[in-house]
Amino acid sequence: METFVQQLVNGLSLGSIYALIALGYTMVYGIIKLINFAHGDVYMLGAYVGYAVTTFTGLGFFPAIIISMAACAVLGMLIERVAYKPLRASSRIAVLITAIGISLLLEYVMMYFVGPEVRSYPDVLSKQHFELGGVVVGVQQIYIVVTAVVLMALLQFIVKNTKRGKAMRAVSIDADAAQLMGIDVNRTISFTFLLGSALAGAAGVLVGIYYNSIDPLMGVMPGLKAFVAAVFGGIGSIPGAMIGGVGIGVIETLVSGYGSSMYRDAAVFALLIVILIVRPRGLLGKQTGEKL
Amino acid sequence: MGMITKKNILILLSIVATFAVVQVLRTMNILTNFHEITLALICINIILAVSLNLITGFTGQFSLGHAGFMSIGAYTCALILLKYPTMWGFLAGIIAGGIASALVGIIIGLPTLRLKGDYLAIATLGMAEIIRVIFLNIEITGGAAGLASIPRIANWFWMFFFAVISVVFINNFIKSSPGRACISIREDEIAAESMGINSTKYKVMSFAIGAFFAGIGGGLYASYFFFLKPNLFGFLKSIDMLVIVVLGGLGSLTGSVVAAVLLTLLTTFLQQFTAVRMILYALLLVVIMIFRPKGIMGTSEITDLLGRIGRGKGRVE
Repeated sequence: METFVQQLVNGLSLGSIYALIALGYTMVYGIIKLINFAHGDVYMLGAYVGYAVTTFTGLGFFPAIIISMAACAVLGMLIERVAYKPLRASSRIAVLITAIGISLLLEYVMMYFVGPEVRSYPDVLSKQHFELGGVVVGVQQIYIVVTAVVLMALLQFIVKNTKRGKAMRAVSIDADAAQLMGIDVNRTISFTFLLGSALAGAAGVLVGIYYNSIDPLMGVMPGLKAFVAAVFGGIGSIPGAMIGGVGIGVIETLVSGYGSSMYRDAAVFALLIVILIVRPRGLLGKQTGEKL
Repeated sequence: MGMITKKNILILLSIVATFAVVQVLRTMNILTNFHEITLALICINIILAVSLNLITGFTGQFSLGHAGFMSIGAYTCALILLKYPTMWGFLAGIIAGGIASALVGIIIGLPTLRLKGDYLAIATLGMAEIIRVIFLNIEITGGAAGLASIPRIANWFWMFFFAVISVVFINNFIKSSPGRACISIREDEIAAESMGINSTKYKVMSFAIGAFFAGIGGGLYASYFFFLKPNLFGFLKSIDMLVIVVLGGLGSLTGSVVAAVLLTLLTTFLQQFTAVRMILYALLLVVIMIFRPKGIMGTSEITDLLGRIGRGKGRVE
């Protein structure tokens, strides 16, 4: 029982990082129906920005997260402007291949500049642990979960209670109708990329702290898993991405804890296939009828 | 008109001529070992691209898991070859690899092909990852270290032979009644169903044929490069195949062949600039998608182009 709770605690902190990445996927997919493969690499870049800030300027955890979020927000908007906007009218597959191209580009440009080696993250948070009824909880884990929850609450506020958020929801339901109502669709899409990428940037710093290591290809697997999380929760649904992220994190740690950690990636993808077959709209997704 | 038409003879002649030219170059020792490896890679890529094009280009089912099928064929063939290192073992291995891969294709295709578009893409991606993880963890495939010293029986002749067979078979399949059904599913699945086409049946059929040839491609790879490890068949390999298909043109076999040749040559050429290789590759991908999203050939074939020229002449007269 204690191991189970322990794995649950570990899964929660890992899962909240997945949730932050999944939010970017789900928002972008909701608004332009694109699996933004480059999203995982934006998150990788966020980790490097955080690394640079904490190592070279000696700033602490919070400034690092904010700078990294800002840098990723700019990068996300830039990617959308340069690579996806010219393809608004093209086929879905063309945009998807472009996204994969951008993803490879970010990975290998990064590798060119910083080298392929794994770097260890500076200790910006205390490594203290304390025990709660036999379960070890790290201070880092608390920081991670709290940061993630605060950011998600902030996002929920922006999407639900601001004009921009309303525009985002409108565009994701029907872009043409939104345009007719005077919403600037292109700006709204840019804004969506800004929000999603900023969250990915924060996730990058958090994961750097959590795993204590970063490398240029670190975004590939978490990126895919975060997408699985988004599908799990119901793509296009923001609370769904949060639940999905935490769910995937918990499942992953449980599989590593009880079974073999070698099978943890396979378990995540097997879950994905099962969900897609049993409930393709995900846990909280809306039922959409087929359009004729 | 039967089998012996002017067109078929022409195609047969050009196939024989291509083979003869390479054969002459080989006997004259103009082609080095390095060239031969490139030629073999071209043949493997043609097989994989053409089979993926059947699934994605002609039937319109977006698959990101082709490397998974390739790995099944590769490991099946390698295991049979390690046991029976003879010519017959090789042929049996190739065929068994194709069949194993097709069976997995059917098992996975039946439930997942109900999904559409991006969801299917992600499901196939997940499937390929699962296959990779399984190969990484079971004993018979050697785990992460992989299988080494697989007997090298595949040679340039077999590479060429199987590449030609794949292209001809898939080309004829597309022209057949089930093939036409597949194309109609791509164009509009609901309309196709209302015309009485059992869309699930034809989607699974195209998936199985595509997986079969991907398995054959994998088997050839195993025997030619005599070394396998699960990480050869990762996500990036599936992407490579998809890039060839999209670059050549979704729904054009000629395009797939041309793009397979060009991209293989390009990656071989870029090998010497290791540091910037992937950067250039990625840039090329983005630039092509922005400026020519339908690929080199669009949906037309070389025979269409020749036909158009022929008709053009007729009109002048």
